[in-house]
Amino acid sequence: MLLEYLPLVLVLAVSLIFGIVATNASWLFGPRRPDPEKLSTYESGMTPVRTARQRFSVRFYMVAMLFIVFDIEVVFMYPWAVRFKDLGWFGFWEMLVFVGILMVGYGYIVKKGALEWD
Amino acid sequence: MELTDIIFYIFALVTIGSAMIVVFSRNLVYSAFSLMFTFLGVAGLYVLLLADFLAVTQLMIYVGGILVLMIFGVMLTHRVVNVEISSGAMRVIPATIVVGVFLGTLLLVLTRTKWMVMEGSPDVIGTTSMIGTALVTDYLLPFEVSGVVLLVAIVAAAFMARKR
Repeated sequence: MLLEYLPLVLVLAVSLIFGIVATNASWLFGPRRPDPEKLSTYESGMTPVRTARQRFSVRFYMVAMLFIVFDIEVVFMYPWAVRFKDLGWFGFWEMLVFVGILMVGYGYIVKKGALEWD
Repeated sequence: MELTDIIFYIFALVTIGSAMIVVFSRNLVYSAFSLMFTFLGVAGLYVLLLADFLAVTQLMIYVGGILVLMIFGVMLTHRVVNVEISSGAMRVIPATIVVGVFLGTLLLVLTRTKWMVMEGSPDVIGTTSMIGTALVTDYLLPFEVSGVVLLVAIVAAAFMARKR
């Protein structure tokens, strides 16, 4: 039964190896002639200003919070979608009620303007 | 030792090791990122328990959602590096009692539970379709109630978002 996870293990292993090799290869093979300009933080060719660890707007948090709710909704929908044909119309209406309840929430969000950025 | 055992110990090591980094790291960003490996390890343990849907859910919700939320939360905090996380209050006796009771409960559960050990490997492959069927037949009401719970969460989030 674990054999079915072999592709997953392969992807994990390849990504892990790639990450380690890619980050260490340049350190291993690259020439090292540092100057202050090279050692400064790379910021798309611009001179970096301020620290990167600044405080972010609370709006990111709000969007992430709403994302989780709809993420959970998808988790409920997936097993239903797998058995969609067997469950027939009863399952369809069932899911429609579920989505309908959440649509009320979505309407509330839009009305409240929680998704607006300014 | 079988291959399954080795895989279990690898995942257990990843989970516990990264969980310890979460707790002991002085840098909140390191803690948050280390938590990703804790979630990943737990997902691996779910796979070993044949709960494949739960494992994917774990990755989707915890790594994809809650961890992102936590990292945003960290980015909202004023100081990230070298924060004094522990509070000044040191209450040794109440802490000992609480931890002792908790440990006792856990040990009681560990020893009293009749652990079901399955011989050989079961022929059940994939729990997703079974969960799908159960969701809209036997567990119809809890399913719809969870929809209402999510609705409450949405409304609360939207309410907080606009309450400056």
